[in-house]
Amino acid sequence: MFWGNRKTLKMNYFPDEVLEHVFDFISSHKDRNSVSLVCKSWYKIERYSRQRVFIGNCYSISPERLIARFPGLKSLTLKGMPHFADFNLVPHDWGGFVYPWIKALAKSRIGLEELRLKRMVVSDESLELLSKSFLNFKSLVLVSCEGFTTDGLAAIAANCRFLRELDLQENEVDDHRGHWLSSFPESCTSLVSLNFACLKGEINLGAIERLVARSPNLKSLRLNRAVPFDTLQKLLMQAPQLVDLGTGNFVHDPSSEAYNKLKSAIQRCKSIRSLSGFLEVAPHCMSAIYPICANLTFLNLSYAPGLHGNDLTKLIQHCRKLQRLWILDCIGDKGLGVVASTCKELQELRVFPSDLIGAGNAAVTEEGLVHISAGCPKLNSLLYFCQQMTNAALITVAKNCPNFIRFRLCILDPQKPDPVTNQALDEGFGAIVQSCKGLKRLSLSGLLTDQVFLYIGMYAEQLEMLSIAFAGDSDKGMLYVLNGCKKLRKLEIRDCPFGNEALLEDVGKYETMRSLWMSSCEVTLGGCKTLAEKMPSLSVEIINEIEQMEFSLDDMQKVEKMYLYRTLVGHRKDAPEFVWIL
Amino acid sequence: MAYEKDLNLEATELRLGLPGTSEESAEKQTSATLRSNKRALPDMNEGSVSGDNHSNVAAAKKCDQETASPTKAQVVGWPPIRSYRKNCLQPKKTEAETARIYVKVSMDGAPYLRKIDLKGYKGYPELLKALEDMFKFKVGEYSEREGYNGSEFVPTYEDKDGDWMLVGDVPWEMFTNSCKRLRIMKGSEARGLGCVV
Repeated sequence: MFWGNRKTLKMNYFPDEVLEHVFDFISSHKDRNSVSLVCKSWYKIERYSRQRVFIGNCYSISPERLIARFPGLKSLTLKGMPHFADFNLVPHDWGGFVYPWIKALAKSRIGLEELRLKRMVVSDESLELLSKSFLNFKSLVLVSCEGFTTDGLAAIAANCRFLRELDLQENEVDDHRGHWLSSFPESCTSLVSLNFACLKGEINLGAIERLVARSPNLKSLRLNRAVPFDTLQKLLMQAPQLVDLGTGNFVHDPSSEAYNKLKSAIQRCKSIRSLSGFLEVAPHCMSAIYPICANLTFLNLSYAPGLHGNDLTKLIQHCRKLQRLWILDCIGDKGLGVVASTCKELQELRVFPSDLIGAGNAAVTEEGLVHISAGCPKLNSLLYFCQQMTNAALITVAKNCPNFIRFRLCILDPQKPDPVTNQALDEGFGAIVQSCKGLKRLSLSGLLTDQVFLYIGMYAEQLEMLSIAFAGDSDKGMLYVLNGCKKLRKLEIRDCPFGNEALLEDVGKYETMRSLWMSSCEVTLGGCKTLAEKMPSLSVEIINEIEQMEFSLDDMQKVEKMYLYRTLVGHRKDAPEFVWIL
Repeated sequence: MAYEKDLNLEATELRLGLPGTSEESAEKQTSATLRSNKRALPDMNEGSVSGDNHSNVAAAKKCDQETASPTKAQVVGWPPIRSYRKNCLQPKKTEAETARIYVKVSMDGAPYLRKIDLKGYKGYPELLKALEDMFKFKVGEYSEREGYNGSEFVPTYEDKDGDWMLVGDVPWEMFTNSCKRLRIMKGSEARGLGCVV
């Protein structure tokens, strides 16, 4: 008791400035959130000193409340659509508009410097407003967004005088061609990072050359398909200090002058650690990059379908320091064996399918993954699309690599069992969750029964995100997960036999989570209504496809798509016709 | 489940795993598999049996088509890959490759012409079947020596040089590149092109 009093005394003794200084060392969002919950004075100090805010669901809070709480906001990260929108399961126009956020921030006195958006609808109007409203705006990162054109980019280029970063990753951009790059004024020399790889159209080559020439701080440059080989050479001559390079078109005659020039330009770039692009490539051109392979820590060849097994392995044999590798499955199991024997520092591996029409020619199986697990003990993050998987392989992988934080396995044929034993993959995934005590994200596939969920509930104590498709036998499966995974934040389920019983057993659980997605399951309209009634702090959305307009209001009707999320601001006002918020 | 029986899905059920797996798990597999296909169908419970045969049949047909092909090709959003990536990796389609080739098709005696997109067919058998369906006729059997044998209808086309040629003589690609219009000749006129009736 005495000791308790002394503690309290000491806390009140520190002036605010000291506490603020202490809080400066606390940067993670989670930790800062925890700090703010300690007591009123800590809440106050923390909120005034907070500069970076992450909002995982843009509908969970309103811009006004954000602005009111964090007047010192400089960097905002927002996410919009649910993850399954990536796979066309969410209709366009569902929502996730950034405009209201930018409008509210522009009206306030917030000195926004950085905006990072994922899966949001970004209009040219928003980009223009953004570019004109914040004098010190420095960094714009858009990932998987849509709704804007190169006109919006032109506004950013023209008006953000101190722009350091423009990073466009995998967005659907309406390309009006060419001129946006010319919108960077001659006085703009502050660029550190420029990524426009996702733009489909032509660009003004002279403009990009001049821009790079006047950007001495440029560290990261990712070009699009329209930038030819010889322009790349010119750009590299201007920017030998690059750390991260994304090539555009990489096709040229290896005996030509241009090729030799590029080779010597690349050799001058001794700082390149990260390489991507190769959107158009011919195998014989890859030798130009061998000189820089030895220092690479990140290599992304997942958009280079022109490279096959041998070309890839020849290249990778030069990359001994690789920590992250993104590749297509045409590397094959043998190729993965080469990765395993070469890349001892490998932490993250993503193997994407090259055959998307489903002709069943995926070139990697459980063998490749086992090779990797044996050769790369530091592996902690995996995304693996494969033809098949066995329990034995997964058990081996679990033994070899206990450090997985992210484990996403996609067997291309849904519900495919272990081809050797014809059993479900419950034991294999069970081994993964049991062995990998730090596992935060898991995606399942293949034939799975309720048993795998029992294991997940029992062992996956740190699990935050779980993706399930075509799995399970009954409500028990979903219940094991909801009851067992205490740290679960995001749960997304499609085509599973989980229904109202599972959904409604512990409605309070959803308040501890960011969101729940269920599509093509057994939940009914009645079940969703009940949930919405019991939990006013949740927004329960029913998304109807167009054919189901005649869909009756019968409570027994199964719901095609349900998305629910906790929110502090009630039902959103911008939902389209086909979204029904209960 | 009532509607399963109505649609007679067992005949077309897609079985995963080796034959001889237990009935129970096979059933569960198929019902789960079918679930993803059934989703698009309106609910077939109760009154639909007697009152709505047409839509039952239509729905059954739709289900047959869906379950007959590999599931993975049909399931929306599977494999889980971002559309951006899918679009980037599709076999490179140049403008020329994706351009449609619409040609007029006339049949002797028919009141009006039709138009078809030659790019929509992979080869002669598909094209001929489509023409047969469209105009309700049957071509004879094709042979290089004798042309179309066994029917008074003969498919012909006008090529880039303005000559009327028999459909089927040249490789498909060459045909689609040189065909300006199609004409299904009938009766005596057709005989001039080597048709033996």
